[in-house]
Amino acid sequence: ISTLLCLGISITVWFTLLFVFIIMPAVLGVSFGIRSFYMRTLLKIFEWATLRMELGAKEKNQELYKPYTNGIIAKEPPSSLQQEIQELRGSANSLRSEPEFEMADIFYFCRRGVESIVDDEVTKRFSAQELKSWNLLTRSNYNFRHISLRLTVLWGLGILIRYGVLLPLRVTLAVTGICLLLVLTTLVAFLPNAESYLSEKVHLMCYRICVRALTAIITYHNRENKPKNGGICVANHTTPIDVIILANDGCYSLVGQVHGGLMGMVQRAMVKSSSHIWFERSEVKDRHLVAKRLGDHVADKTKQPILVFPEGTCINNTSVMMFKKGSFEIGCTVYPVAIKYDPRFGDAFWNSSKFGMVSYLLRMMSSWAIVCSVWYLPPMNREEGEDAVQFANRVKAAIAAQGGLVDLIWDGGLKRAKVKDVFKEEQQKLYSKVLVGDSEDQMEDKRSEDGTPEGDESSKDPAEGQ
Amino acid sequence: MGSRASTLLREEEIEEIKKETGFSHSQITRLYSRFTSLDKGENGTLSREDFQRIPELAINPLGDRIINAFFPEGEDQVNFRGFMRTLAHFRPIEDNEKSKNPTASEPLNSRTNKLLFAFRLYDLDRDDKISRDELLQVLRMMVGVNISDEQLGSIADRTIQEADTNGDNSISFNEFIKVLEKVDVEQKMSIRFLH
Repeated sequence: ISTLLCLGISITVWFTLLFVFIIMPAVLGVSFGIRSFYMRTLLKIFEWATLRMELGAKEKNQELYKPYTNGIIAKEPPSSLQQEIQELRGSANSLRSEPEFEMADIFYFCRRGVESIVDDEVTKRFSAQELKSWNLLTRSNYNFRHISLRLTVLWGLGILIRYGVLLPLRVTLAVTGICLLLVLTTLVAFLPNAESYLSEKVHLMCYRICVRALTAIITYHNRENKPKNGGICVANHTTPIDVIILANDGCYSLVGQVHGGLMGMVQRAMVKSSSHIWFERSEVKDRHLVAKRLGDHVADKTKQPILVFPEGTCINNTSVMMFKKGSFEIGCTVYPVAIKYDPRFGDAFWNSSKFGMVSYLLRMMSSWAIVCSVWYLPPMNREEGEDAVQFANRVKAAIAAQGGLVDLIWDGGLKRAKVKDVFKEEQQKLYSKVLVGDSEDQMEDKRSEDGTPEGDESSKDPAEGQ
Repeated sequence: MGSRASTLLREEEIEEIKKETGFSHSQITRLYSRFTSLDKGENGTLSREDFQRIPELAINPLGDRIINAFFPEGEDQVNFRGFMRTLAHFRPIEDNEKSKNPTASEPLNSRTNKLLFAFRLYDLDRDDKISRDELLQVLRMMVGVNISDEQLGSIADRTIQEADTNGDNSISFNEFIKVLEKVDVEQKMSIRFLH
């Protein structure tokens, strides 16, 4: 009897604490500052751990593997194909009208090719980035080899805390959050009058609970630029959690495919109290249908701004890849948002080829925390004489600059698909011009300068994803 | 975490590779990390598809030939040793290596070996001669559809004429070396690996 009583009491205490410290603040939208304190403490511990590791390695005279955060090779600043081949040949007469070929030309392609084998800009974006200091998660460590006893003990303690305390806590919160969402949105749907006000509150509350379920510590910057009704919010995409991070601070209409199962239930519940745009799988390919539905939504000024991730797939948060032009053709105001995660506390990137959704969420909930910064950038509109692609690139550049990410022209779809032949044909065209010595086209060549494909982007067929 | 090697490299292996290729310890571990991140099948070897997955290589007109250079004659898989051996050709030539023991075998990144690497990109059938056909093939790969057969043919003919000294209408390795004697091969065929 006494053990049962003990159990009963501890569970009650547990839930009361949970309620007071986490759920009530979430509902009311206040914060005790517990999470930032937690974050600072963790940082100190990580630094200590890294130091111990380095000391331990020195003692044992082993070499530590240093992550190649600075790159494996030093790349020359990119210059055009023409320039490089001229250099190869020496500055002797470069404007002969006869086709001129040198056997040494092959060196240019050879070296570029081997350089890309050793270190290329694209494939490394699809796996989690490497960290300079260790954060006590074996999943991010290459050196973990029982270098020091104290470190191993600390790591073991970390495991206990993360899986024994944090994970159950977070799962409870997540379940509570989702249940509340399902129940409350259904209730709100029955009250036609106060609907939009209440539904906003309900959504915000549930997202706040979810944020605490992940121990997400978010810093919002420039909130005066928050997206307004009748616009589209675009952001770089790292993980499905991006949605929770952004919806924590404002109400958006989401765009995406209809799912089955639990996700489907959540989707249907959300639609009851606010408008979201869910597509059937077959409809996704139909660009005109997609554009029309998005267009109708933004035309209605009472509806919330749409949230779109134009990359179409998750990238590892070190770069921003090609934006699909669909959202930029609609002709409304675009509100760019940059999201940058701090990988020291837990890498948020979802490597969908390695982890399914459930194992991904488990990993997230057993990391230390998810720390990120969100910048709301000033709204942008398409300018005169700018087409959708140029507009998209302009927005992308702004987001990359703010978030400290590399701005890439490559398509995120290269995660799964092969690169289009059109790019190789461009390289071949450039080289042919060098051979044939075409002087009036030299002005044109300056556009496609450093050998990276600027692409005949209109020939791509962007499937409008979410 | 960029790539987690499912098996770490053993110290003895690192030492062997160091001796054979001249790469430093940290360069070898980093390149091993790169090797494993390319190895999607996680079986310790790379296939041609693994290379073709690199977009920047796939758009290189000579991409397939370069990939070929990594695979030994008739094989479809390359292991880490083979990978490093090929990459070693692109190490810059350091001065202190030139004065080493002259009876030791030539380092993989010597000027001659770099030239041999390039020669083999042309000489597909490995008969130590670049025939007119082989030259045409490489030219066609580099220019795509933008130059006519006749023009390309005359380019090939002229190139062979200029290089061929013994009149056999093909370019041998020595003739190849002669043609390129003024080119700064050391610099153009070297990649600066960071320490």
